[in-house]
Amino acid sequence: MRIQKRRGLALVASVAGLGLVLTACADGNDDTGGGGGDAVADVDCADFEQYGDLSGTTVTVYTSIVDPEAEEQRASYVPFTECTGAEISYEGSREFEAQLPVRLEAGNPPDIAYIPQPGFLRSLVEDFPDAVVPAGDAVVANAEEYYTEGWVEYGTVDGTLYATPLGANVKSFVWYSPGAFEENGYEIPTTWQGLLDLTDQMVADHPDIKPWCAGIESGDATGWPATDWLEDVVLRTAGPDVYDQWVTHEIPFDDPQIVAALEEVGGILQNEDYVNGGLGNVASIATAPWNESGNGIPDGTCFLHRAANFYQANWDESLTVAEDGDVYAFYLPGVSEDDRPLLGGGEFVTAFSDREEVQAFHAYLSSPQWANAKAEVTGQGWISANNGLDEGLLQSPIDQLSFDLLTDDEYTFRFDGSDQMPGAIGAGAFWREMTAWISPGQDAQTTLSNIESAWAGM
Amino acid sequence: MTTVEWLLRPDSTPEKLLLMVLAIVLFIVVMGAILLGIDRLKRAPTWAVVLGFLGPTLLFLGFGLLYPGLRTVWGSFRDARGREFVGLDNYVTAFTEGQFQIVLRNTALWVVLVPLAATMFGLVYAVLVDRTRFEYVAKTLIFLPMAISLVGASIIWKFVYEYKPDQGNVQQTGLLNQLLVWLGMEPQQFLLSQPWNNLFLIVVMVWIQAGFAMTVLSAAVKAIPDDIIEAARLDGLHGLSMFRFITVPSIRPALVVVVTTIAMATLKVFDIVRTMTGGNFNTSVVAYEFYTQTFVSRNQGLGAALAVILFVLVIPIIAYNVRQLKLAEEIR
Repeated sequence: MRIQKRRGLALVASVAGLGLVLTACADGNDDTGGGGGDAVADVDCADFEQYGDLSGTTVTVYTSIVDPEAEEQRASYVPFTECTGAEISYEGSREFEAQLPVRLEAGNPPDIAYIPQPGFLRSLVEDFPDAVVPAGDAVVANAEEYYTEGWVEYGTVDGTLYATPLGANVKSFVWYSPGAFEENGYEIPTTWQGLLDLTDQMVADHPDIKPWCAGIESGDATGWPATDWLEDVVLRTAGPDVYDQWVTHEIPFDDPQIVAALEEVGGILQNEDYVNGGLGNVASIATAPWNESGNGIPDGTCFLHRAANFYQANWDESLTVAEDGDVYAFYLPGVSEDDRPLLGGGEFVTAFSDREEVQAFHAYLSSPQWANAKAEVTGQGWISANNGLDEGLLQSPIDQLSFDLLTDDEYTFRFDGSDQMPGAIGAGAFWREMTAWISPGQDAQTTLSNIESAWAGM
Repeated sequence: MTTVEWLLRPDSTPEKLLLMVLAIVLFIVVMGAILLGIDRLKRAPTWAVVLGFLGPTLLFLGFGLLYPGLRTVWGSFRDARGREFVGLDNYVTAFTEGQFQIVLRNTALWVVLVPLAATMFGLVYAVLVDRTRFEYVAKTLIFLPMAISLVGASIIWKFVYEYKPDQGNVQQTGLLNQLLVWLGMEPQQFLLSQPWNNLFLIVVMVWIQAGFAMTVLSAAVKAIPDDIIEAARLDGLHGLSMFRFITVPSIRPALVVVVTTIAMATLKVFDIVRTMTGGNFNTSVVAYEFYTQTFVSRNQGLGAALAVILFVLVIPIIAYNVRQLKLAEEIR
């Protein structure tokens, strides 16, 4: 009898447990669309009639963009979800690059993914030809109308358009303190040599300060900021054509022109007189966290910090980012004043389903309506290469400057090279070897030859 | 919406609640049937009992361990995408390329140093605090790190090692470097100076595992019969020689278990390396390199080969562990 009673109790306990599990499940999947960010004012649904009524459908989105930026993403979908009735289920993950191939392999793809590297897109199309869906007609039309040929090309693999640009960024910037420049009478340099002269001037004026501060530590992505340095300098010393050949491996990774470019970078990053303001010696670049390495500028321990426009999110909230504010950025100059290469990057919207609502959402993301909605809900730190973007909606001076450079024909735009290379190189060997180049200070030739042999062995 | 669809994808709250009630009812019915059924089946045939108890285990071991294990071995003989047979190429790469030789060297360093250091600290500590007034507090202190995840511990130690230059008004934020500065020395970049940086990572693992070693060994020390100790004392043994000739031999089985368990945990170390250096500055180990090769470089063949190497390295430790357990049982 006693045993019988215990059994009854166990049964009750199990049932209660099961109930808990089920309620937990019921709460789980409600995080769709909307939520957070500033709401988009006055949605005009006329632009959305082309997508039809999509009530009752759900589009799953998988990205590497996590909060707080993810909140702005979700807020920018509100016009679409309100007008079409479709729901967007958004999932951001820091493990995106490692997990997406796993999900594809397991036959569990998201409907839409934002892929930050054209090289990654290419390897996905090659490895999973059945999973990646070519862009639909509406998407192709948008891409051709609102983006330059170069940007369309980054989303194209073997002549087929798969992905369209989402956000964009500009990396050829040097951050500085307008106040410190004014105090010392420094002018913004307009040539590469001018930049080096300015640095020498700073060393002469302030023997106890190292002019440049840099940091390339970024968790398991450590090394990437150093690859941007090399790419920017290759564009300047070897030119965009050599850059393209280098990125597509038409010339060896350790071509003499690239070695020369890396040595030019070393003239700054491996120069004990120039680095690493407030952070230590050359080797300290390898362990200085990227997102904090510019702090020496407001603190007065360094003058110059090369980083993309999105570095503005890393400044202390009390600082004003403006030409007459506390920190601002100038264009990293070319070899001559007329030589204006521009390095940048962005994410690409890729679809893994040709369901009607997925294609509609893809089309929306490639349209100016989305770009403007996104600009409206984003405080600062976001731009798009979409030429339908209303510049007046950009809320920060550095975003406006970035958009100006991006749409100015005098600047030759090139996409981040490491992002175009196969993942094993661009997000593997390249990062690792550039880190070894900083510490323990491996020489330029060995560094590039190691990457070349990794690429040749693929 | 058809009934089936409604059952599979409930949308509204009432539907979800109803589904929950349905699931609970189903659960009660199944459990009730099983519990009642067991009472009826007083005399089940032996094979049914064996199958009932062993079957699920075998099934899970087969699908969860054996099958993936064999797949990994098979994959290690194939190329980066798992398409073509490449023979022993992946193993040749793993053993001959400089980058991987460093990985193997580091792993060897970890496997030798962590178990020895952690066990030694644990043992000495256990013996020193044994039967003292503050034994409980002292033991709790050293056991606490066990409760911290490896990633958490790595972040803590990363702060300890943090480096700021000795320059102008720059303040040190790392504990160790602040101590060095107070002593009038230059701050050091602990995570960069090769090959010492490996030792600074190893310290983290020792810090965590010493608590485990201490707990097990302390229990073993307490289990040494008093008459043996008394007899040894009458024979004139004290201090170090007591430790050397009585304590250590008496707890030998426990020592072996502790050393081998820590060695196995160390072979699998991944979190510390990933969190503290990301495998840079020549600090990578096999378990971390296996991950980078498989998921970052997308070289499945090489990744699988590294996993197999790790597996082969663990085998002798497990075999030794099992043999010692058997010997211990025979003595008993």
